[in-house]
Amino acid sequence: MNLMQHWLSSDNEQYMPIVGAVAENKTINGKANLEVFSLTLQELAAADKNIVVVTSDSRGSGKLVPFGQKFPKQIVEIGIAEQNLVGVAAGLASAGKKAFAVSPACFLTARALEQIKNDVAYSDNPVKLIGISAGVSYGALGSTHHSLHDYAVLRAINNITVVAPADNYETAEAIKLAAAMEKPIYLRFGKKNMPDLKPESNVPFQFGKGRIIREGDDVAFIATGETVYPALKAADKLEENYRIRVRVISMHTIKPLDYELIAATANKCKAIITVEEHSVYGGLGEACASFLLQNGISKPFKIIGIPDEYTVTGSQNEIFDHYGISESGLANTALELIQKTK
Amino acid sequence: MFKMQHAQMTVIELNRKSIEYRKKIITYIYGANAGHTGGSLSCVDILNVLYNHVLDVNPGNFSSPDRDRYIQSKGHTVEALYVVLADKGFFPEEDLKTLCSYKSDYIGHPTKKVNGIEQNTGALGHGLPIAVGNAIAAKMDEKKFRVFTLLGDGELPEGSNWEAALTAAHYKLDNLCAILDYNKLQISGTTAEVCNTEPIDAKFESFGWSVQHVDGHDINALIKIFDGLPFEKDKPSLVIAHTTKGKGVSFMENQVRWHHGVPDANQFETAINEFDAALAVIG
Repeated sequence: MNLMQHWLSSDNEQYMPIVGAVAENKTINGKANLEVFSLTLQELAAADKNIVVVTSDSRGSGKLVPFGQKFPKQIVEIGIAEQNLVGVAAGLASAGKKAFAVSPACFLTARALEQIKNDVAYSDNPVKLIGISAGVSYGALGSTHHSLHDYAVLRAINNITVVAPADNYETAEAIKLAAAMEKPIYLRFGKKNMPDLKPESNVPFQFGKGRIIREGDDVAFIATGETVYPALKAADKLEENYRIRVRVISMHTIKPLDYELIAATANKCKAIITVEEHSVYGGLGEACASFLLQNGISKPFKIIGIPDEYTVTGSQNEIFDHYGISESGLANTALELIQKTK
Repeated sequence: MFKMQHAQMTVIELNRKSIEYRKKIITYIYGANAGHTGGSLSCVDILNVLYNHVLDVNPGNFSSPDRDRYIQSKGHTVEALYVVLADKGFFPEEDLKTLCSYKSDYIGHPTKKVNGIEQNTGALGHGLPIAVGNAIAAKMDEKKFRVFTLLGDGELPEGSNWEAALTAAHYKLDNLCAILDYNKLQISGTTAEVCNTEPIDAKFESFGWSVQHVDGHDINALIKIFDGLPFEKDKPSLVIAHTTKGKGVSFMENQVRWHHGVPDANQFETAINEFDAALAVIG
């Protein structure tokens, strides 16, 4: 009897919890997505003078110092004034510029939310909003600097695409597509070095189409942004220790959501876990749950994210670990959920 | 660069147009039973001079990247803008009969669904930052177009205006002109009572702007002041246009309740009679 048969036949036995390293302990050779954003933009700007960066004293944190040095006529420094940042970017975009408004995600999507809603989305000015150091990237700097609301608020605004690339490849592709896009878009990046996820199926990146990073039919992790990597590690651990086959999806586009892939995943897998560096309210998890419920699809389902509480103090990795967005945390969540499938 | 020349309209002709615009504003607001009456009447002379004398924008060049831009930050007085745009041929005036009605494109604030409108405004404190973005783009591309935005006095406390005022001076945007429709009334009372923003000129000057005052109902003075743009090289310009809320209708002038008051049948008739009498004086 293999482990799979074992867990399917077991009524009483509990799985031993997996105790493992958090994501940072595995070798990561990639760059921070933020840095890839800057490098990609420099490539694009060299060939297109209409590429313009608008920043709110965020050249350093946005890895944009080299961009400013190479393309001084293609950068507009606003100073620390996010509302104005977005309004000016809307004006630049409406006058033909491919405006990338770059600011920490926490300020960009809260302080300037009305400008995003009206000047970008409602006025249909194709600004590329770049939320840097997103989620809990700022770690112990605390909640003022965390963006755990951005998916929720932007999902509720018409006419804006919301994207959180998982790795360097997705980041580079997303920036290239965003530059050519004539509609509003929000992209968020963390500042941690990321691995190349090397998906099993080599599907080209496109907005609104999730990427299957790893195939499996027992449990699915539908993850986004920097949480895809710990989900992938948890999947490896589950297969290695329990022969539980796990599908891992990088659902880089939060809106429009890839409903087709969610439905296919629900059809294929016995349980679904969503994972996001965001409040458990209003983000990827609730978007998936809403879709499944409204289509009569019932599966053991769990939303993993940051709960509705004062976020624990710690580095991004410590916060991830604390809330179970880690190899061991996600593997254990999967094991618990599997019990419900029996 | 080709600049569209406005047909030279005399001051008398423009004055007549202003009264005709006012009649239409009241007519469509009365028809819709909705609208921002007082502010539309205070800003319409400014719009008249902008669209008939200043702006290089018309239905034929509206998609040109070289057109002048006008962004109405005080979006609630859209009825004045709709009436002027219809007169300029951006859409049939007949359309305004649908103002604020179910499924109409002509909503109670500017919307790009309507031909001739640059930006969707209405939330206050948004026009100036967008105008600054337009003006920076013009400088980047060395284009000659100019950018105008109409601000309400009641929206000046919005901090985004002051953020944008800093940026405009920082980037030496002498291709930008903000116009303040200074009727000194807002929905809760006088601007002085609600949030005193005076001295407005000294504030903008200290931010690096060049500021001039004008009687916002004096067509000749408005022409002269706009002909003098930019007031100073390398500085954004602010025109403080002193206006009267509800201008042109005796019982509406300087009355807060006409901010978005809608006339009843008798009031409508009285207003139209007053406009007709004013037209008769002009001849």
